[in-house]
Amino acid sequence: MGAPLVLLLVLFLVYPVGQLLLLSVYGDNGFTLAPYRQLFASSVYLDVLLITLKISLATTLVCVVAGYPIAYLISVVGKERKATLLFWVLLSFWTSFLVRAFAWIVLLGRNGVINKLLISLGIISSPASLLYNFGSVLVGMVNALLPLAVLTMLSVMENIDRTLPRAAATLGARPGMAFWKIYFPLSLPGVTAAGIMVFVTAIGFFIVPALLGGRRETMITQLIIDQVQQTMNWGFAGAISVLLLVVVLVVFAAYDRLLGLSTMTGASAPRNAAPSRLSGPFTKAGDALLTLLGAISDRIILLLPSRRRDRNPDQAGMGLQAFVWTMLLIISAPTILMIPLSFGTGGLNWPPQGFTLHWYETVLNSPVWTQAMLRSLLVGIGTGLLAMLIGTPAAFLLVRSDIRGKAAWLAFILSPIVVPRMIIAVGLFYVFAQMGLVGSAVGLVLGHTVVAVPYVVMTMMAVLRNYDTRLDHAAQSLGAGPIATLRYVTFPILGAGMMSSFLFAFATSFDELTIALFATGGLNATLPKQFWDEVTLQVSPAIAAVSTCLFVFMGLLIFVAERLRRRAAAR
Amino acid sequence: MVSSSLRIHELCKRYGDFVALAPTSLDVAKGEFLTLLGPSGSGKTTMLSLIAGLAHPDEGRILIDDTDVTHSPAYARDIGVVFQNYALFPHMTIEDNIAFPLKMRKVADAEARRRTAEALETVHLPHVAKRYPRELSGGQQQRIALARCIVYRPAIILMDEPLGALDKKLRDQMQLEIKRIHRELGTTIVYVTHDQEEAMTMSDRICLMNAGAIEQLGTPQDLYFRPRSVFVADFLGESNLLSAIVRRVDGEGLDIVLTEQAAASRAVGNGSRFAAGEPIKVMVRPQNLVVAEAGGGQLSGRITDVMISGSLTRLYIAPETVGLPQLVAAHPTRSGSAPYEIGQRLSLGWHAADAVAIHDGGI
Ligand SMILES: Nc1ncnc2c1ncn2[C@@H]1O[C@H](COP(=O)(O)OP(=O)(O)O)[C@@H](O)[C@H]1O
Ligand SMILES: [Mg+2]
Repeated sequence: MGAPLVLLLVLFLVYPVGQLLLLSVYGDNGFTLAPYRQLFASSVYLDVLLITLKISLATTLVCVVAGYPIAYLISVVGKERKATLLFWVLLSFWTSFLVRAFAWIVLLGRNGVINKLLISLGIISSPASLLYNFGSVLVGMVNALLPLAVLTMLSVMENIDRTLPRAAATLGARPGMAFWKIYFPLSLPGVTAAGIMVFVTAIGFFIVPALLGGRRETMITQLIIDQVQQTMNWGFAGAISVLLLVVVLVVFAAYDRLLGLSTMTGASAPRNAAPSRLSGPFTKAGDALLTLLGAISDRIILLLPSRRRDRNPDQAGMGLQAFVWTMLLIISAPTILMIPLSFGTGGLNWPPQGFTLHWYETVLNSPVWTQAMLRSLLVGIGTGLLAMLIGTPAAFLLVRSDIRGKAAWLAFILSPIVVPRMIIAVGLFYVFAQMGLVGSAVGLVLGHTVVAVPYVVMTMMAVLRNYDTRLDHAAQSLGAGPIATLRYVTFPILGAGMMSSFLFAFATSFDELTIALFATGGLNATLPKQFWDEVTLQVSPAIAAVSTCLFVFMGLLIFVAERLRRRAAAR
Repeated sequence: MVSSSLRIHELCKRYGDFVALAPTSLDVAKGEFLTLLGPSGSGKTTMLSLIAGLAHPDEGRILIDDTDVTHSPAYARDIGVVFQNYALFPHMTIEDNIAFPLKMRKVADAEARRRTAEALETVHLPHVAKRYPRELSGGQQQRIALARCIVYRPAIILMDEPLGALDKKLRDQMQLEIKRIHRELGTTIVYVTHDQEEAMTMSDRICLMNAGAIEQLGTPQDLYFRPRSVFVADFLGESNLLSAIVRRVDGEGLDIVLTEQAAASRAVGNGSRFAAGEPIKVMVRPQNLVVAEAGGGQLSGRITDVMISGSLTRLYIAPETVGLPQLVAAHPTRSGSAPYEIGQRLSLGWHAADAVAIHDGGI
């Protein structure tokens, strides 16, 4: 049952990436190390690597630190407030990176909201240049990856037994101590998983640094794009890819040594975190540090007015709530502020003026945009179907049967998430060129399926794990054959889960730019590619109109997916 | 009763419009084993959380050792809680789990180690000190949760259905264990369960709760033999309930008329006041229902079912009088006696001292 998935990954992941890596040591004249010599000849490329690491590290740090309270609040509040908070996180998560980066261009521009606000408050007298520096890149990166950090940490925090901190309180632990000594260590696997997910994603980013950064914020994937698009220097592109891949693998290896990769997939992780493999003096020091943090927090809490101090232990503090809502506002506001601008006659200057549908008409009357929309829809649906078709049987196999080396298989299936997207994209471009698939919808669907299928497998595995197989046995004992059991029992119950993983795959494809970047162009472009081409040429209100459409479309999609997910969970 | 360890005064908790605990007062003596018993949703956990400081009351006061702790946070109250799922910290060894409350109290390391070892001895598990909670069986985890409480000698230990997740045999064993520890340490224990047998065997006193209020508070014997309400009679063990009307009250005894069969009879009061002419229920426990060959007795009926559960034989009997509910009689199982047959006709009777009058509150 897993054969189609293995075939897909071998043909469109292992082979292309292998080809690309091979190209770095195998030129027209046989074996060569020339690309690597070029790479290390000057400090230019190493500098780019250092900047990439710096930006990625800073992004990771901010995302984890700011994301932790958000995930914490979501994990403790009641059902309805949780749904509200989660909606905003998911909306941001699913809003295209492009749309969010573009929104920040508008927001931070000379005539953007921030400058206008600072001037009207009298803090500055003339517009400051807020764009194209380290700060703007960091803001954009954090906006892009904070939702990922929150969702990763949330999945761990939701499994922390809520009675544990309460038990700590009855045993004499003050709130600060209970948090740092009990809750925090249990949430640590989530923190590290979020850290590594954000870091690895950040390291392969190019949209944000390209749109919001200056020349000094060039990141390593941008170099790969340049090599492929401008000079067609495959060997050098391959060498940079190797460098990038090595960094990513080193990070993963370090993570695995410290915590074990299995904690990330949640497959074999125990319900509550297992003790990490860190031991001896390290644990002692960590323990002492946590005790210190607990003591300090409790001192600070003692300074608060006593009414606040003794509030109901089940209520989240006002400070926490204020922080979380501020963060959610910061990550959602830019995209929302774009909506009035897209209806305005004053271009992208704040405040919006007048009302016109002109920009929407422009977009709808332009064949490149309508073609792109159509193509993205088509490719998205194709990807969704193919990923379902290939991923679901594999998930069945992984959950239901006792195949050997399950962990290794899982790692293989998840590898499209681990390998930087850019490397897959360049490899696919090279292979598609040989196969004549460049620019074709089939090529896109195949490429997108490779990157979407891990999510489908993971979602379906989670759904299947919660599915009570005794129902199947019951149906069979009542006289239903295998087909009838599937048709009347299994699929109706799993349906919602399948639908939501289809939507997941669809959304992944619909928003995919990296693979589409090389594989398409002109009338062949997908929506993100068309968006990218436009936005790198000029920043126009038409793009605000497209952004608004995308935003609303994604909002609806999440709403539907979330409803389905909850229906599935309610059973 | 020596002195109060825990005093609850008019304690009340609401969730919106819903009253989880109506204003309730309760005194628990030092060293007493008090059980909160009641059906699910009757407010037992709510009461326990309020005592522990894990929830805040809307009204009322809580005193521990005569100190008002109503507004003290959980960590400042001198209590220990054994949670239903044990709530052992999964990232700490057993040793560290047990030493945790000592650390929070800044007990010196050497002393903490000594007391931890001692607590492990008390629960007979000294060899698991270095293990992690998930490496222990349910029964062992339960003992460790107990050890983590007794190690710092709290004034009161609260237990919320601590044996709910264990199988029957282990449960019986742990009941004895908890009783032993209670005897040895003399700690005050407030214990929650919905299992009436558990409550009967373990408690000094039982506080039977129903719909967020105390239904009856007293010794297991009180509740079993002198239930104040039909609810109590029904909740604690099996009972036969017959309708009757009071004719005359003389001291403890009552002259009554059984309604359905219009026969005069005698009953004893349950401690509350009765008035002549009042409709009541008369409770006869199954083991006090005397079964004889047909003829004589207060009632007659036919056997509908016989159940032999080891030591006890239960007879389910449909009375011949119209309107009477099915009755159940029980007596020790004897080998070699003539077997009962379904449909067999029997007569039933009871001693006046075993017929307990209860106000008829309806069910
Ligand atoms: N946090 C809460 N919010 C709303 N209702 C609650 C809450 N906690 C308990 N209740 C309600 O209070 C009632 C008593 O609950 P509880 O004390 O847990 O009962 P018990 O432990 O006797 O089973 C239940 O009906 C329950 O639904
Ligand atoms: Mg309860």
